[in-house]
Amino acid sequence: MSFPIVRCLSRSIVNPARRRGLVRFGQGLAMASLAVRPEVSQADAARDRLQAAIAEFTQGRVMVPDSTRLRIEIDALVENGNSVPIRVTALSPMTDTDHVQRILILAPRNPQPQVALFHLGVHSGRAEVATRFRMAESQSLQALALFSDGRIHRAQADVVVTLAACLEN
Amino acid sequence: MRETDRRGQNGVGRLARSCSVFAIGGAAMLALSSSMAVEQAFSNVRPQPLRSGFETMSPATQAMQARDSDNPAWFAVEEGARLYQQPAGLQQRSCASCHGDARGALREVVPLYPRFDETRSAPIDLSGRIEACRLRHQQAERLPPEDDRRLALQAYLGSVARGLPMTPDPDPRLQAARVRGQERFNQRIGQLGLSCADCHDRHWGQRLGGSMIPQGHPNAYPLWRLQWQSIGSLQRRIRACLVGVRAEPWSAAEPAWVELELFLQWRGAGLKVETPGVRP
Amino acid sequence: MSRAVVRVPQQVRAGEVIEITAMVAHPMETGYRTGDDGRIVPRHIVRELQCEFDGQTVFRMTFFPALTANPWVAFPLRAERSGLLTFTWTDDQGRVVIERAELRVS
Repeated sequence: MSFPIVRCLSRSIVNPARRRGLVRFGQGLAMASLAVRPEVSQADAARDRLQAAIAEFTQGRVMVPDSTRLRIEIDALVENGNSVPIRVTALSPMTDTDHVQRILILAPRNPQPQVALFHLGVHSGRAEVATRFRMAESQSLQALALFSDGRIHRAQADVVVTLAACLEN
Repeated sequence: MRETDRRGQNGVGRLARSCSVFAIGGAAMLALSSSMAVEQAFSNVRPQPLRSGFETMSPATQAMQARDSDNPAWFAVEEGARLYQQPAGLQQRSCASCHGDARGALREVVPLYPRFDETRSAPIDLSGRIEACRLRHQQAERLPPEDDRRLALQAYLGSVARGLPMTPDPDPRLQAARVRGQERFNQRIGQLGLSCADCHDRHWGQRLGGSMIPQGHPNAYPLWRLQWQSIGSLQRRIRACLVGVRAEPWSAAEPAWVELELFLQWRGAGLKVETPGVRP
Repeated sequence: MSRAVVRVPQQVRAGEVIEITAMVAHPMETGYRTGDDGRIVPRHIVRELQCEFDGQTVFRMTFFPALTANPWVAFPLRAERSGLLTFTWTDDQGRVVIERAELRVS
């Protein structure tokens, strides 16, 4: 399958203007007249997608950026990105007055940053979820948790993805 | 056989030269038809200690295989169990109508494959045997090797035999093919000029890129490969290796697949069937 | 051909918080992959999983393409009494898979 390799190939076929060579060697002005520096705009687009996903979740609420009440459990180094187990735990008594309502996992460097959105409640008893997902490349994962007091807690985890040794296609 | 190795020499020529070495030994091997002769022929090529690919996986991947309810390959087993009972083809017969409960006599026979097919006078693997049954006795439609239904039946029968040791069939009619399989295993091919032995005999347990190299046994097939995000056969996995060393994959009809599997099965004999496996 | 498998602990005491696992058979085609014909393989993924206990929603999950094929999840539940758990997966083509399991609480 070679998920990241296929993705790069399909992009270059779709939009040749994004090849780095064109931007670097003197065609920058010509390109600029069509679009702002293509190479930077790829990173911008990813950043925009991430910001949009975060904004949709937070809805403008207060965020606790490096919260001690939220924990991501994941291997720091994964053999290939094809199936990465992740467990997210939010510290909460899960009572009527203090519980976690939603947990969102984000992989900012994936083609789409959202990985999974979990909806919990008092009946959950614990704010702990686990799943398996695919990572396109090494990145800093994020988890956001919405608590019943209206605050968003955030945690981050850096994960290195090594490429598979033999690529099939 | 039109592969050329890294030095541009004709693959057939190299095989012919290695064949002449084997021919002298091979004639002596074939003269002794007991299974002890089989042991002597290959006695220097089993990895020590014998380790299933399960043992070279991360704990997280092992956990996926360890419980059926965590194993993404399990659905294929359930589908295979269903197909086993389902009447099929013009004969509207099910596998069960002839073979009864798969956990009976069939279970003992699964770990012996590949075996010798009387009708075609050639070795046949389990996948081919299932297909031959479907065509001959059910008169059902032909299915390609990686069809979900063929894989499901293989996965089901393999899972029924789970825990039994891989047992090479001592049938002397398989011996010549097994020897050819060993030659394949040791033959350097592709633009990278690598043989199976180069990685899986000489460097198992070490790393290639980020991956630990397994010994390369066929005891967990069909299996869910994380890289495929689907279940697949041993042939599919070998094909991936051929492409990986930039060799031309063998065509579907080539006996090379079954010959290599015969050798791999001998090489890993005693390892327990783990079907349906999970592998990176 | 869709199947699902769930795991619900046995011998559960009232008030205990248990972990339930649920996995559904689904290709989870991301929509980013190029097929053998050189064209993008269209997206085809599960959209949502909903778990109900005796008709009341106790867990919901929104799926995105990043989740693996045959997606798997583990989630918690405070077990108060015995009852029926119903798991409903819905995908982006409107296909629905339903799996049921008894929760026995002593």
